[in-house]
This record gives sequence, structure tokens and C-alpha cells, in this order.
Amino acid sequence: MSATTHALHLDRFEAVKAGLPGDGRARADALARYAKLGVPTSKLEAWHFTSLKPLDEAALAPSDAKVAVTAASVAAHALSTSHAHHQLVFVDGRFRADLSRIGTVPQGVVLVAWSASKALPKDLLAEAADAGAMRALNAAYAADGAILQVPAGIALPAPVHLIFLGASGAAHARNRITMGEGASATVLETYAGTGRYWTNAVTDISVAAGATLKHLKLQIESGEAFHTAATAAQVAAKGVFDSFVLSIGGKLARNEIDAVLTGEGGNVKLEGAYLARDRQHIDNTTTIDHAVAHCDSEERYRGVLDDHAYAAFQGRIVVRPDAQKTNAHQLNENLLLSDRAEIGSKPELEIHADDVKCGHGAAAGEIDEQALFYLRARGLGEAQARGMLIEAFVSELIDGIADEAIRDRFMAAVGGWLYDAQGARRAA
Amino acid sequence: MLEIKNLHVEVDGKEILHGIDLSLAAGEVHAVMGPNGSGKSTLAYVLAGRDGYDITKGEVLFQGKNLAEMSPEERAREGVFLGFQYPVEIPGVSGLSFLKAAVNEVRKHRGIKELDAIEFLKFVRAKLKMLEMGDDLLKRPINVGFSGGEKKRVEVLQMAVLEPRLAIMDETDSGLDIDALKIVSSGINALRGLDRSMLLITHYQRLLGYVVPDKVHILSGGRIVRSGGKELALELEEKGYAVLGADAA
Repeated sequence: MSATTHALHLDRFEAVKAGLPGDGRARADALARYAKLGVPTSKLEAWHFTSLKPLDEAALAPSDAKVAVTAASVAAHALSTSHAHHQLVFVDGRFRADLSRIGTVPQGVVLVAWSASKALPKDLLAEAADAGAMRALNAAYAADGAILQVPAGIALPAPVHLIFLGASGAAHARNRITMGEGASATVLETYAGTGRYWTNAVTDISVAAGATLKHLKLQIESGEAFHTAATAAQVAAKGVFDSFVLSIGGKLARNEIDAVLTGEGGNVKLEGAYLARDRQHIDNTTTIDHAVAHCDSEERYRGVLDDHAYAAFQGRIVVRPDAQKTNAHQLNENLLLSDRAEIGSKPELEIHADDVKCGHGAAAGEIDEQALFYLRARGLGEAQARGMLIEAFVSELIDGIADEAIRDRFMAAVGGWLYDAQGARRAA
Repeated sequence: MLEIKNLHVEVDGKEILHGIDLSLAAGEVHAVMGPNGSGKSTLAYVLAGRDGYDITKGEVLFQGKNLAEMSPEERAREGVFLGFQYPVEIPGVSGLSFLKAAVNEVRKHRGIKELDAIEFLKFVRAKLKMLEMGDDLLKRPINVGFSGGEKKRVEVLQMAVLEPRLAIMDETDSGLDIDALKIVSSGINALRGLDRSMLLITHYQRLLGYVVPDKVHILSGGRIVRSGGKELALELEEKGYAVLGADAA
């Protein structure tokens, strides 16, 4: 039998476990659970649209993170230095102090990588009993990651930028963000790299009462890369979890977000955009769990699909029996640039309370021919006019990002995608 | 400037225009009037090059060049401007950045240096001043949430900025109250010039009370059934389309 990613991960554990930090028993348990669950298949509801077979066949072993990465390749993904920010760089899942810049933070704020930390949170590898296989595998192999703790009442002025660069094998970074009561922060995670590799990241977030976390993610992995990432957020009373995921890269990418509203007056906003071409497969799977009453959630994802690209959007919204006066709205809109591109869009509303306002919508359409003609009738070339309309479609969401440096970075990433797409069309 | 010769146009395999002849000299303003369904908008779209409007017979020469061989953007760069009856709302694209891109495409085509952001703002401000407009509409996404009057004013502004040789104004007066009509008309009048021809396409005579044409053509059933001076519009106002050999509508 030829090696698979799955088999390689089962085989290597004994050899590497001694070198991994934290609770060894939790790791062994996690690996056992992963072994039992196996690689998720499309028979599972949560993986209905996405097969991990190509990942398994890619035979990617846990990375030994012995890759050379230059400051120049980090710079390509960095935020503009004209805006103050903290930058933590991880290469194949391991912190690289030499490429990172952590500025001064307010007293009491912890911003550190595991490998640079004296005391790791005890429950760093903790997993819920029903957690999925990819999270379990991450818990078994996670070697490093970022820890951000913002104590009660503190506003972190500059955004935190976590850059994860992949180059070889499989990297299982695991991040923990803890917002104290009334605290606020902005965190951007960028995932990029070169060649064929797999990123399997986890970010666990807790937002205490009245706290606000703006969490942004730019998935711009290499075209040969696999990306599976799970973000889990717990949002207490009057807490705000504001997420934006821009997904552009990867051969196969899955962004999973699970947000639970555990206190009244909480607010979850999940926004995202994805742009895919060639045979890319991009999956956004989200769950918003309204566990208590008087919470609002809003979800908006927009996708642009060209060539043979495939995108999946699964938006599950759970409204528990006690969660009266819930407001939950979801919208997934797609622009199909090719008749071979495909979107699988599935809203999933489980509403167990009766006094709620919930709505969802999904749409797929082509470029508006009238708008295209309008622009061309003013002298814009067809490619330019198309580009402008595509950019406008996603920029309507991106424009809502408060942090200017991040907004600019996102628009530049979209611009890069459009530029590449035009280049590909010219070459064809 | 514009020579339309025996123009036959099909849309969805159905002939809408059955042989139009029209000659518009430089600096002239002609009105094309007609009831609903007479082919007015088809004429506007075929001149601007919209997909699906096929010339099956005849030809259209613009400054001696065959329009049918040009894409919509090439026509625009050569100096053809279509003022839309229903200007399209385009969320997410600011009017200003769109117009800058359009102006620079036209300039590139004409071999003139492109304008940078500051030069462009200066250029637009001069046009806004000429038309007595503020810049608030340009800062917003194209036409999104604009009133009918605002949309038409922005069309006129676009014409002013793009400085076309031929402006085709498709029912620019429709849906405007009298104040908006006056503003839009004075904008059109301000843009009349010796090197700019205009084709005003309209259902009603009332626009022609403000913009006085050199000639009036009556289009009915895909044919020009009468042509005359500006007094033809008044006659039409008085007697209606039916009397003039056009189908009432």
C-alpha cells in the first residue's frame, strides 16, 4: 500500500511526540480519536461538498519545519509598515522569531508564540468530545502557534498579524485568542506559501462579556497547497465577534468557523469572499449557534468562480429553544464567470425557538450584461470592465473592513487575482 | 459626421428597423421622435454597439468609418456617446474612478497623455462648474440610489467629461419633473458645439422646448415617416402621432 497523508500521520507520531510541547496525554488521546474518525468523507454532512481524497493521496507527512524562508518572502505578505502592527511569522507551523516583530503592547497583554512562552495555557490542546477529525489531528501534532490574551478593559491599539507560511509537508498551527471583559483587538491571519504542502490550522477564540474581536483571515496559499482550518469562537454577553475570511489560494481549501453565542446581547458577524479559478476547490463551512436569547448574527459571503472552480458554502444556524428574540440573517451570493464553474450552497437553519427573525438567501449569477455594456459604452475595454465589476462585487464587502491597512491588503490580493486571471486569459 | 444608410436591424431574429436613412452634419442637433415601440431605443443601441442588435442590411458611417466593425468601447473612444434611457446602477464602483478610467481610455486612443488623479480632479471640477453640479454624486457608486433626475444629470456630466463628437441621448427627458428637465436641458445646451453632433431620442415634444433641434425625424414602425424642421415637433404636439402617419401610442 502506498503512503497516504493519513497513514503518514499515524505512523510518525511515536517518533515525534517527545519533541512536542504541552500535554502529551491529550495529544495521544487526540491521535487515537483521529485514528478512529479517519479522514472525513463526503458521507459526513459537514463534508458534503468536499472530498479530502486529493489531500490524502498527496502523502504529506508532518513537516519537520527545516525550510529556509527569507525575509523577502515574508515581506510580500506583510501589512504596510506605515501602519503600526505586530507581526508573528510561522513557517511550516513553527514560530520564527527572526522574521517576527512584536511591538510594545499595553500592560497585561500577552502576545507570544508557544515556543517563546514560559507558561502555556493548560487547556491548549483541549477538544470537545464531538470535535472533528481535522481538529483532533491538529491537537495531536500542534507544535506552535500564537497566543493572544487581552485582559479586561484593554484595547489593543495596533492589529496583530499572524503570518503562516507553508513550504513542505503538513503544518498544524494552533492559536488561542482570549479577550477579557470589555477588551478589544484586531487580528489578521494570513496563510501563504510555496509549492505543495498542507496547512491544518486551528484558532480558538473566547470573547468575554462586552469584548470585541475583529478576526480577519487571508487565505492566499500556493496553487498546489491544501488548506483546512477551523476557527471556533465563544461569545459571551454583549460580546462581538466580527470575522472576515478572504479565500483566494489553495488547490483545496476549507475554512470552517464555529461561533457560539453564550450570553445575551452578543453579536456575531461572519463575512467572507472567495475567488477561485482553474480547478480550485474552496469550501466555507460555518455554524452559528444561538444558545441564548437576544443575540444577533449576520452572515454574508460572496464568491467569484472562473474556469472549472468549485466552491462550497454551508451555513448552519442553530437557534436553541431558549434563544428567543434571535436575529439571524445569512446571504451567499456568487458570480459565475464560466459555465463550468460550480457552487454548492447550502443554508441549514435549525430553529427551535418561535419568537425569532431568521432569514437566508443564496444566489448565483453571471456578470450583469447591462452593467458591462454601460462601462464599455464609456470606453472601457471588455476585460477592464469585467475586472471592475468583479472587483466591485467583492469590494462591497471588503469596504466594510475598518482597519485601513488590512482593507488595502485585501483589495491588493483581489487585484492580484484579477490580474492573474487576465494574464491567464491572454495566454489561453 | 453620421451617415445612416438604409439601416435594417434585427433583435432576436426579428427585424425592428426597416431601412433608416439619416444624415447628421457636424454641430447639428436632430431629434428622433416616435411612439413606444417605434424602434427609437433600438436605433440608440445599434449606434452604441450593444450585443444582440444586428445590422442585417445597410450601413452606418461615423466620420467616414464603418461603425459595425467597432466594439462598443472602440466607438466610445472614437467619440460616440450614448446617454442611457435607464442608466445602470453599478454598486461598488465609484463614479469618480470609473470616469477617470473612461477618460483615460479615450485619451489613450486619441494619443493624448493620460490624466493622473490630481489632473483628473481638476478637469472634472471644471466640468462640474460648467454644469453647476456638486461632486457628491460622483463620490458614490455609479447611479446607486440616485433619483431619475440625478441619473440623467450624471449622464450629461459624463458626456461633458468624455467630450464626444456624437452624443445620442436616449429619452433623456423621460421620468424627469420640470425642474430636472430644465437642468438637464441646459446641460445639453451648454455642450452643443460646432464639432459635436447630437441625436435626441424622445417620445415627447417637451424636451424640444428647451433644446431646439435643427431637424426633427418621426420614427414609426421602424421607419422614418417624416422629417422636417423644429416646427414638426410642435405640429406633433398639437395633432399627435396618428395624424402624422405614425401609429398612435
